Formats: sequence, structure tokens, C-alpha cells
Amino acid sequence: MGLLSDPNRRRALISLLTRLNAPICVVCYMAGVAWFMGLAFEPFTLRTYMSENAMGSTMVEERFPAGERALGTGREFSAHKKKAGGMPVDWLVKTMQSRGLEVFTQRFSRRLPFPDEDKERYMVKGTNVYGILRAPRAPRTEALVLSAPCSPGDDNNQAVGVLLGLAQYFRNQVFWAKDIIFLVNEHDLIGMQAWLEGYHHTNTTGMDWSPLQGRGGSIQAALSLELSSDVVTSLDLVLEGLNGQLPNLDLANLFYAFCQKIGVLCTTQGKLQRNDWDSVSGYSHAVQTMMLMVMKQASGRPWGDHGLFLRYHIEAATIKGINSFRQYKTDATTIGRLLEGMYRKLNNLLERLHQSYFFYLMPSLSHFVSIGYYMPAFGLLALILLLRALDLWIQLATPPPGVLSVLTPLVISHLTGVALYTLPIHFQEIAVEHFPVSETEAVVLTAIAVYTAGLALPHNTHRLLTGRGTENGWKVLKLVAVLYLAVLLGCTALINFSLGFILALTLVPVAAFVTPDLCSATPACTLLFSVFLFQELQEMPVSFLDGWMLYLSVISQGILDHALYGSLVYPLVALLVYPCWLLFWNILFWK
Amino acid sequence: MAAPLTLLLLVAVTVRAALYRSSLADLISERVEVVSPLTAWKRVVEGLALLDLGVSPYSGDVFHETPLIIYLFHFLVDYAEITFMLADVITAVALYLSVKDYNKQVFRKQKYALEADRYPLDCLELIRSPKEMQYIPLKVAMFYLLNPFTILSCVAKSTCGLNNAVIALFVLSTIKGNVLLSAIFLSLATYQSIYPLTLCAAALLYLLQRQYIPVNLRRFSFWWFVAQYAFMYLGSLFVIVGLSFFLLGSWDFLPSVYGFILSVPDLTPNIGLFWYFFAEMFEHFRLFFLCVFQINVFFYTVPLSIKLKEHPVFLIFMQLAVISIFKSYPTVGDIALYMAFLPVWSHLHRFLRNIFLVSCVLLACSALFPVLWHLWIYAGSANSNFYYAITLLFNVAQILLVSDYFYAFLRREHHLSHGLYLKRKDGSEATLVLK
Repeated sequence: MGLLSDPNRRRALISLLTRLNAPICVVCYMAGVAWFMGLAFEPFTLRTYMSENAMGSTMVEERFPAGERALGTGREFSAHKKKAGGMPVDWLVKTMQSRGLEVFTQRFSRRLPFPDEDKERYMVKGTNVYGILRAPRAPRTEALVLSAPCSPGDDNNQAVGVLLGLAQYFRNQVFWAKDIIFLVNEHDLIGMQAWLEGYHHTNTTGMDWSPLQGRGGSIQAALSLELSSDVVTSLDLVLEGLNGQLPNLDLANLFYAFCQKIGVLCTTQGKLQRNDWDSVSGYSHAVQTMMLMVMKQASGRPWGDHGLFLRYHIEAATIKGINSFRQYKTDATTIGRLLEGMYRKLNNLLERLHQSYFFYLMPSLSHFVSIGYYMPAFGLLALILLLRALDLWIQLATPPPGVLSVLTPLVISHLTGVALYTLPIHFQEIAVEHFPVSETEAVVLTAIAVYTAGLALPHNTHRLLTGRGTENGWKVLKLVAVLYLAVLLGCTALINFSLGFILALTLVPVAAFVTPDLCSATPACTLLFSVFLFQELQEMPVSFLDGWMLYLSVISQGILDHALYGSLVYPLVALLVYPCWLLFWNILFWK
Repeated sequence: MAAPLTLLLLVAVTVRAALYRSSLADLISERVEVVSPLTAWKRVVEGLALLDLGVSPYSGDVFHETPLIIYLFHFLVDYAEITFMLADVITAVALYLSVKDYNKQVFRKQKYALEADRYPLDCLELIRSPKEMQYIPLKVAMFYLLNPFTILSCVAKSTCGLNNAVIALFVLSTIKGNVLLSAIFLSLATYQSIYPLTLCAAALLYLLQRQYIPVNLRRFSFWWFVAQYAFMYLGSLFVIVGLSFFLLGSWDFLPSVYGFILSVPDLTPNIGLFWYFFAEMFEHFRLFFLCVFQINVFFYTVPLSIKLKEHPVFLIFMQLAVISIFKSYPTVGDIALYMAFLPVWSHLHRFLRNIFLVSCVLLACSALFPVLWHLWIYAGSANSNFYYAITLLFNVAQILLVSDYFYAFLRREHHLSHGLYLKRKDGSEATLVLK
């Protein structure tokens, strides 16, 4: 406490911090970015290891033999799907019943707030079919889920085939201690949302679904399978769920361990791991993988059908089969054996997966960075805001001229935020009537219009109300805004590190050095920039025009994700980040 | 001054009424930061239901409020929202009146001291002017009514608001010099939650000072006054407890209310220090640490009373802060009560050292509580350690805040007697160092 109570030392420290404020801030920013880039460097990361004892030491022998037959079932499924023009409910029910499962169906319907142009749907009606394999060995209080989507076109037929094949095989085994639920969901995430809400008796998004007739125990883990070819070259693991939530790292470890054991190529973010970490290309490969994970997590959307399970405390991941031009192929039997092994180990669980990390980034499937290592990168960026706030506080040593003067811009900017949040969806009908645009475009363009209008509005009203701004007025406003931003980014980074970090990376430098004479990026630019970076990372660079279209669709998808699944990114940006940003905009136009 | 106060009351009531009607009310009344097992409205409703069935409300181990509260709401349950708003209004008005009266006394004392030339010459800038003191009572009322903590607590219908009203009335009657009412309200406050017992010393010091009885252990008049006050206090406490017994027809409430407060069986997370510690501890240490933790609340009374015997109102503020930090089931409503006093000490601002740091930490912690709760309970990705870390930080910040005010107060007093610009023996400028 000496530092806090000894006036001489305090004075020295404070004068140091004020005199060297700008250089210290720059150094902090550099250090934050450098730290973050360093996270992908292999010697700084940890190797993944299995923490859960129940899954670690037990030996499992995989014997699934019926890959070819599963593919046959898949082809049959595809034929029936084509005939029914959607989910072949009757066929699926019959097939599952003949495999000895208790089969139930669930109907659901949902009208989207506006048409989804990416997936071409507006009025969604569908049926989920699921069969429960009751555990012969235990009191059926726990369950595991294996799901495969029934997608339009020719996608994912093989996944349903493998799922049915596994169901038949699992039925003949005696060692299951948990119910296993085989789920075929229609309309990907919407069906999954309906099924999960029905299973847990909740209704958060106002969707219509018929109640579930049959139920297993509480779900411990879930895997979602996506497979669109008879043979695959590699399996890709998708972890990012709703609002950037991740499953327990042990689930990823389990997948990695079995891929190693069976000898299947495995990837994450579609990137293989490389052994040449000490070369430049190896390092940049790791950076790319990690950045892809960061971008996907920051988007807050579920990147596979598993994404919604995480909200219910269920560890879940999606396994995607990828067929590329490599020589070495893996057949369906091997994939079946891999899944069998994973379910056998999950079956051995005595408690929920909790031993390993929940907060992590993965530069490759075999290495991870835990929260203790990546948080300092964000902390260094947040420190800049605190240092600036301290500097302003000392400059304002005389009593601040009325907190009330800050209240007006605060209220106005928040009202603009509320407008940005509510208007786009409410005004689409009017916009469609008056302008030659489709509904989706109307929503996106209204959002952009409100956004730009907000940037023009508040600093004008402020001048009307108080005449000319006082000299110290903007400093008080900036102090409030900087602290607001720091708290906001801190909370965001705790819930979704990637989102917090990306926002901090772009907003902090501008926020820290904005004065009435100095100019500035905004959250919208952050998004635009992120869209291009993401495409670049996926090695699919786009032209500017395509990028712009992509940008518009990303906005509409964000609004849809919020309406459909309750993703928090859009309300966060509209109700909190954007108003906070307007405060800085206010400072810029103070004079 | 009545017009701004009325306006303030109107604004405060409107905000509360609007929040009661919104969907946020249910969300807020579930927050562990806002309601404790003692004060939760849900538990009061449960107690009422049991009472209506003719069963003792304490038989279910859910309800832990005092009998008077449950009989109050037996009649007022349909007007609960109005009752809680009224409680907040009473607290604010009581604080307003008492601070107004206190400021008058402070000013009078300062005038006498000035006339008697008791202050050193260079202390003129420390002298308080009536102009700066004019708006302090209004600010106190505003700090209480518009404090988000109070609003949350009121919207959640936490019975903490009623306790605050009783304590505020106690402060008012003490400052007005009404010995009997002061004793009655203090006994009511004690009856509600035991801890206000420590305010006894402050009230005694204040009333003695007001009646010009010196605090001298050898004087008969001192002991006579203490005995009088103790008699009134214990007498009314006895009457209230007796009344509860006759209302309820059993002594069930004693273990269920006071046993519950003192032995801390409910370890639901809250913003206090108890829950995590006792959840982690081995059972056979429990009694020992229970004593240590509980004595902590009462312990500071003696040194603080000795140090601040000339300034009983500041002592009340310190005691309220200590209670709300160290009590077994604290909620944000308790914090709001002592924070309402902060404008009274606005003249200490030049001596405060860590106010910026502390307010930043308090602000950040308040935002982080719900976030970490979400991560722990709903997302399942964080755990109790995260939440407790924030609790700990929040309490450290509160302690820093209170000790900072304590230090500033003592330092101002020191300057008032020794001059503002202190010199060392060799004539160079000296600085005060707290070690």
C-alpha cells in the first residue's frame, strides 16, 4: 500500500504517467498486438492433453463394420428425400423403428422476420425425427446426442446413412450406460433450435413447435455430423457456437486422440497442422488458423448445428467430412469406427465434461492457448483506455463542470442506439412500399441509414442545447466515454474474447487519441474490414464489389441470428457499442 | 428547497413505477446481488402463504424476515410496490432533513470557532461557506433516490429498503435530538437485522454532545444518560420482541431470523465475503471462523468511537459502511444507504487520494457481476472463483473508499488545528504520510 499512501511516491508515479502518457499508450498497443501474434508461436502454446480421467485411461476397441451398408442407406435416404421433396418422415420413422429405436417426430414452423436470401427461406415448416436408444445398463438419467442434418439438395445424405448405420450397430451392444439419441433435423439450426427448446421446455424466440413425446436423460454431450461424400480425405472439427461459446477442450482432445489412433487426417478451421513451427510459413499457417478461429468466434454465430447445444450447458461439436484432391482417402467404415470410439468414451463419463478448459484459442488441433495466456493481450489494450482516463482526470483536477452536461449526449446516443436496434425490422414494409428494394435489402439499408444518420445527429443537438461547448466540456465527456468503452470491452472480452479483442484492436487507438481537432474508424468499418480479412484468411480473396455484397449479407445475417437464435452480437453493437461510439463522435465535433 | 425535492421524488417514483411495469422487474428480483436470502420478496410471499394456511411461516426454512414484516405485508401485500416506493421516499426525506439539520449545526460550530479564533490563519480555504452547503441535503436525497443500486433494490422489492427507512428515521431522530424516538428506531433497526446495534455508540455520543454532557467515565451525569438511553433501547427492543411473540404465538422466529443471520447457513452467492469462504472451509473450523467474521463487524466500533468521539455523524457513516461491507448477507441496497452520505463529505474531496481508482473499480465490478454470473451459471464456462474474485475486488474497493474518507476527515481535522501548510523543523515544506 506504500504506493497508494505515500504522497511523494504517488506524485512521482502520477507525473511519470502523465508526462509519458502517449508513448506508454503506444507501447501498450504494440505490446498487446505483439503478445497476440505471439500466441500462435508454438513454443508459447501448450500441447493439448486429456484431462478427464474417465475418458483418458480406458481402452476402447472400435469394431464398426458396416460402412458400405451405411452408404447404401444414405443413398436410399437420398432417393426418398427427392421423392418427398423434403424430409422423408415416414421412411425415416420406419427405418429407425426397424433398427430398434423408440422413434418420435416433432413438427415446427417459424416465420422469419424478413426473408433470408442466403438460404432462400422465409416461411419455414419442417419436421425433426429422432430415435432414442435406451441404455440397457443404467437408470437412463443421462443421454448423448448424435445428429445429422437433412439438407436440401444432395448434401449430407451420407451423414444420415452413417447415423442410421451406427444406430443399428449400437443397438446390438450391451455397454451403453447413457441413452443415445439419434436426431435428423430439418432446416439446420432452426430445426435444432425447435428440438432443443422442446427438449428443455423453454421458448426463448417465440417459435411454434409441437411438444416432444419422448425424452432421454439430461444430455451430456452432442456431436453433429456433416458428410456429403462416400470417402473423405480429412475430418474437420468445428467448435465455435452461439455467442462465441466453445465446448470443453476435452471434446476436441477426444476427437484428436481418436483421429491419431485410427489414422484419419484431422483439421480445424480447415487447416492441417504442420510440424515446421520454426519456419516463417509454418508460423504464418498457425497465425492463419488462430485468426480464423478468432474471426469465427467474434461473429457470435453458430458455425455448425452443434452451436445451439452449448447454450444448454451441453458440450457439442460438429464433425465435417472434407473431400479434397489428396490421394489418401478414408472410407465410411473408418468414420463410423471413429464415432463409435468417441461415443464409447463419452459413455464412460461419470460427470459432465468440466476438467479441461472452456476458454481457449487453437492455433492448431494439437495446441491451444488458454485464457491466462491470451487475456494479457486484451489487458494491454484496455490499459490504454485506463491510462487515458487517468490522464484526463488529472487534467481536470479542478472540480468537473457538471456531470449533467454529459447526460444529454449520453441519452441521445442511447436513443439512437435503440432506434438502430428496432427500426430496421419495423420499417421494412414501409421501405419496400416506397423504394424498389427487396425486404432483406430494406432491412440492411435501413440499418445503414440509421447508423449514418446517428453519426450526423447528436453533435448538432448538443450545440443547440448548450450554445458553444466549454473548453473542459469535451474532456469530461471523453473521460466518461473512455471509461464506458473500457468497461464495455472488458465485459465483452470475458463473454466472447475474440469479439472484445477485435473491437478493442480497432476502437481503442481512435478512442484514446480523439480530440476536437483530430479525426477517426467506426464499428461499421471494423465489420467491413473483418469481412475482407476473413475472406483473405480463407484463401478466397474477393473483389471490392463482392465484398460489399458480402458485407450487406453479413449485416442481415447478424440481425437474423439475433431474431432466430438469440445471438447477442447485434444488440450488443446496436445498444451499447454504437452509442458509446457516438460519444467519441460528439467529441470530434465539439467545436 | 421544497420544489426541487418534490421534483426529485416525482422523478424517482416515476422511474420505479415504470420499471415495475417493465419485463425487467422479474429479472432484477432474481439477481443475487440485489436480493439476499433474508430480504428476497419471493421468500416473503412464501412466508405469507404459510401464514395464511395457519402454519408458522418459519417452518419451511425459506422465510427469514422478522414477524413484524410479515404482519405488515399481511395487510399490505396488494400494495407492496407502493410500500417499497414509500419506504424509499421516507428514507430520502429523512436523510434530507437530518443532513439539513446537521449542516446547520456544523456551520454554527464553525462560526463559534471562528469567533474564538481557534483556527490557524492559513486554514481559511478549509472553512465551509453556506453557499456550498446549500445543496448538500438535496444531493443526499438524490444520491439515495437515483442511485441505480437503490432503484434495483426497490424494483426487486427487497425488504432491505424497509431496513434502510428505519435506519434513516433513526438518524433523523438522533440528529433532531429526540432521545426516545432515537432509541425506538434503533431498537427497530436492531430487531430487523442485529448489526445496527453498533450504531448505539454513535447515537449516544451525538446525544451526549447535544446535551453538553462530557464523555467522562467518572461523571455521574454521563452514566445516568447512558443508563437512560440503554433502558429506553432495551425496553423498546423487549416490547417489539414480545409483540412478535404474541403475534406469532411462538419463539420460532428467534433461531430462524437471528440464528440465520449469525450462523450463516445459506451460502447462496452474494456480494459479501462469507459465502465462498464458508463453502470452501472444512466443517470443524466453521465455528471459529464464524466468530472471527462476525466479530469483524462489531470490532471496529470501539476504535472508531474513540477516534471519532467528537464527530458522531461521521461515525454513523463509517459504521453503516462497515456493516454493509462485513455483514453476512449484504445486498446493493445496504451499499446505497451509506453512499447517500457521500455528498455530506464533499468538502473532503481535496484530501481524497484514491477516489478515481476506487470509483473505476466499483463501476467495473458492478458491470462484471452479472457477466461473470452468466458465465458461471448459464454458460457453464467460468466457475465460482471468477465470481468470488469480483466480489473480493468489490469489497476491497469499498474498504479503500471508506478508509480514504476516514483518512481525509482526520487530515482535515488535523489541518484545522495545526494549519494547512505544515512546516518541518528546518522550515521546509512537510507532507503528511500515513503509515
